[in-house]
Amino acid sequence: MIEDTVIGSIEQQEYTINMGPQHPSTHGVLRLVVSLKGEIVTQVKPHLGYIHRGIEKMSESMTYPQIVHLTDRLDYLSAHINNHALCLAVENALQVEVPERVKYIRTIMDELNRIASHQLWWCSFGMDLGALTCFFYGLRDREYILDIFEESCGSRLLHSYYTPGGLMKDIHPGFQKRVKDFIKYFRKVLPEYDQLLTGNVIMQERTRGIGNITKEEAISYGFTGPSGRGSGFACDVRKHHPYALYDKVDFQEVLYHEGDSLARYQVRIGEMWESMKIIEQLIDNIPEGDYSAKMKAVIKLPEGEYYQRVEAARGEFGVYILSDGGKTPYRLKLRSPNFSNLSAIDLLARNFKIADLIAIGGSLDLVIPDIDR
Amino acid sequence: MNVIGYIKGIIKGIISLIKGMMVTGHYFVHPGKIVTQQYPENRKKLEMFTAFKGEVTMPHNEANEHKCTGCGICEMNCPNGSIEVITKTEVNEEGKKKRAIDKHIYHLDMCTFCELCIKTCPSNALAWGQEFEHAVFDRSKLTKVLNKPGSKLMKGVE
Amino acid sequence: MAFNIYDFTSFTEWIDQGLRSVMSPAWAVITELAIIGIVFLVFYALIGLILVYAERKICAFIQCRIGPNRVGPYGIFQTIADFIKLLMKELIHINKADKLLFNLAPFIVIIASFMALSAIPFAKGLHPVNLNIGIFFILAVSSMGVVGILLAGWSSNNKYSLIGAMRSGAQIVSYELSVGLSILTACVLIGSLQLSVIVESQADGWLIFKGHIPAVIAFVIYLIAATAETNRGPFDLAEAESELTAGFHTEYSGIKFAFFFLAEYMNMFLVAAIAATIFWGGWMPFHIGNWEGFNRVMDFIPPIIWFFGKTVVIILIMMWFKWTFPRLRIDQLLTLEWKYLLPINLINILLMALIVLLGWHF
Repeated sequence: MIEDTVIGSIEQQEYTINMGPQHPSTHGVLRLVVSLKGEIVTQVKPHLGYIHRGIEKMSESMTYPQIVHLTDRLDYLSAHINNHALCLAVENALQVEVPERVKYIRTIMDELNRIASHQLWWCSFGMDLGALTCFFYGLRDREYILDIFEESCGSRLLHSYYTPGGLMKDIHPGFQKRVKDFIKYFRKVLPEYDQLLTGNVIMQERTRGIGNITKEEAISYGFTGPSGRGSGFACDVRKHHPYALYDKVDFQEVLYHEGDSLARYQVRIGEMWESMKIIEQLIDNIPEGDYSAKMKAVIKLPEGEYYQRVEAARGEFGVYILSDGGKTPYRLKLRSPNFSNLSAIDLLARNFKIADLIAIGGSLDLVIPDIDR
Repeated sequence: MNVIGYIKGIIKGIISLIKGMMVTGHYFVHPGKIVTQQYPENRKKLEMFTAFKGEVTMPHNEANEHKCTGCGICEMNCPNGSIEVITKTEVNEEGKKKRAIDKHIYHLDMCTFCELCIKTCPSNALAWGQEFEHAVFDRSKLTKVLNKPGSKLMKGVE
Repeated sequence: MAFNIYDFTSFTEWIDQGLRSVMSPAWAVITELAIIGIVFLVFYALIGLILVYAERKICAFIQCRIGPNRVGPYGIFQTIADFIKLLMKELIHINKADKLLFNLAPFIVIIASFMALSAIPFAKGLHPVNLNIGIFFILAVSSMGVVGILLAGWSSNNKYSLIGAMRSGAQIVSYELSVGLSILTACVLIGSLQLSVIVESQADGWLIFKGHIPAVIAFVIYLIAATAETNRGPFDLAEAESELTAGFHTEYSGIKFAFFFLAEYMNMFLVAAIAATIFWGGWMPFHIGNWEGFNRVMDFIPPIIWFFGKTVVIILIMMWFKWTFPRLRIDQLLTLEWKYLLPINLINILLMALIVLLGWHF
């Protein structure tokens, strides 16, 4: 009798482990308090704030060109795209028409940034699953894009290349050749990714049917980007609310309806192909012209509210500016895709094993500085 | 469980595993595809891109002249206060009092490389340097004075 | 037979006679044990260092890197430098750990691999103990290592370690079956458990060629199960770097960690050596039917080189596994064993028995 109750209580007993802030697979300083029953996850509580820098508040004391360099530091893997959101918001508020050349370069840079981001996601996802070689292949290919960035923008990760009204400086003369070389190279290498990881039976088993989320749940949790499109939620801002040149190029919105980790994985692999398609359409016809529109020395936004959203590598990134007519915003709110993607991690990982929690976290592709801001 | 499906599953699985092993095996027997660069050894050959943001510098010509008028626009535009411009008043040949820089102080440790100072400088006095080995043992060494001692304002720059 | 030129039996006997002539038999045995112990200690450290270096170089080449290349030419002294660093590192004491078990665990792991080494024939007449149940002894002793891992995980007083240790327990209990059965398949064909007999019976052809398909299947299963047994490659759930930080040895530092590390590589060497001995003919040279000239040339290659060559090839395959595949989940690991390897193994052993019964092997 006594033994029965003891065993019963042990079987029902849950224990918690602290995953992070220092943990190899939380991709930064995310802390997950995980309740476990044996190996089965019963609850995941994300604890945030370990890399909170108060960027929104800081922005209130900065002029608009100065804020651009802060948006780099949110989702550092899609720095160009974040810059784009803020610049578009300011340009739309001032009703400035940027030169055609700027639009071309911005679109190409955004797509290169998306590929680079997805490459890094691919390596870290492989790493989460334990395929360590993926990490080096992904980083090796990402290096080509970073070189392109360095040649034109001057830095590899945090570019602050866009300014309200245009670009910091013109692209390097060798930009087009380098991009074409990269596309040629990457079209050969991307199938290797599939051979090495996508097709692998272990990887398929580890991700198929793991971390399911239905379309309705995805919408209600605010899933966007590849994570949302993995559940069949057509949420590509580029397609549905086009900005820059996305209404002129031909590309497909990659959609999968399974809603599991594998679907999210395949959306990202598909997006790399689509991004290459977009770049190929644009790279040969970059028009000559100015690299920036004429802007006043001090940018003052008219009083009012402005919102601009773009499709960052991880989902919909939004910038909301409340201006009181001054040269600094009265309030700046950033809608970061990772925050809403992370919010569903309890729903996704519950009743799966602890190894699946890692795979799910990897498939959501979290970047922690974007969550904490 | 049906037997054919079971065997098919095994064969499919093995084929997928072998495919993966072919990729890694290919790289193993092709040492030419190694991408590692050996850094301190290749230092001499290493050339940064011209646009590379190493540090903010103030180019001087042979006569030890720079273009900085000390207007302080870079200081105003810097988002995190990495630039301090200390000015003095000088009397030029015509006997007029004129503003000139005493020290153009640049805090490399605070700089976020946003390029706003260089972009907004009205006289193009600042430029990016290609130096990237910034590691020092003492933090105070990261505070640099950009104008060289004894330097003067270039003629024709107002 | 031609390979008698490399027979070590007379050499070992000569040492034995020499020792017995100068001291009493009891002392002679003790001296012999001491010699063997020292030789193995050196051998163990050497193999460990070489394998760690090889692993790092191989994974570097697979990943388009150069690997260690700073300490010495091609970085060959890197592992020695690492070892010195580990020796000098502080041993972290954990307040709430079970002190005795915590300190004992690395030794159990290392002793298990040490003992298993003693039964392996490196060449003709060159094995410390020639047990008539050699395979049985190796299987029994090498599976003791899991006790060390379990103790390490339990005594660390760390939940990550505990999960790792429990996974390792489940893993080894199930994969021990596959290892045993696949070796048994070979033993059915040969009809002996004595390792020296197994090797000599392969003089006219390695077992993997002799036993047709069942032998090949048994070899593949052995390779998979052995990788799992050594906690390596796609089966490194006990460590599971991305999930459990470092699994069972999270709390170990310095030389105690080095023990786990060395034991892992030693176990890899061991299972590769066993595979080479049983399936690829151990130190037996490669012969093709009636090609006298070819066979004569093969005989002149010393058996030690044959043995280590085969072992290295198998180790290479295991490293190739590790650096290609993602890690399995614990339930998939058990599924693989109980739903795939075990039934196939059982059918395979029947098939082998049939072949032996009908005399289809050569």
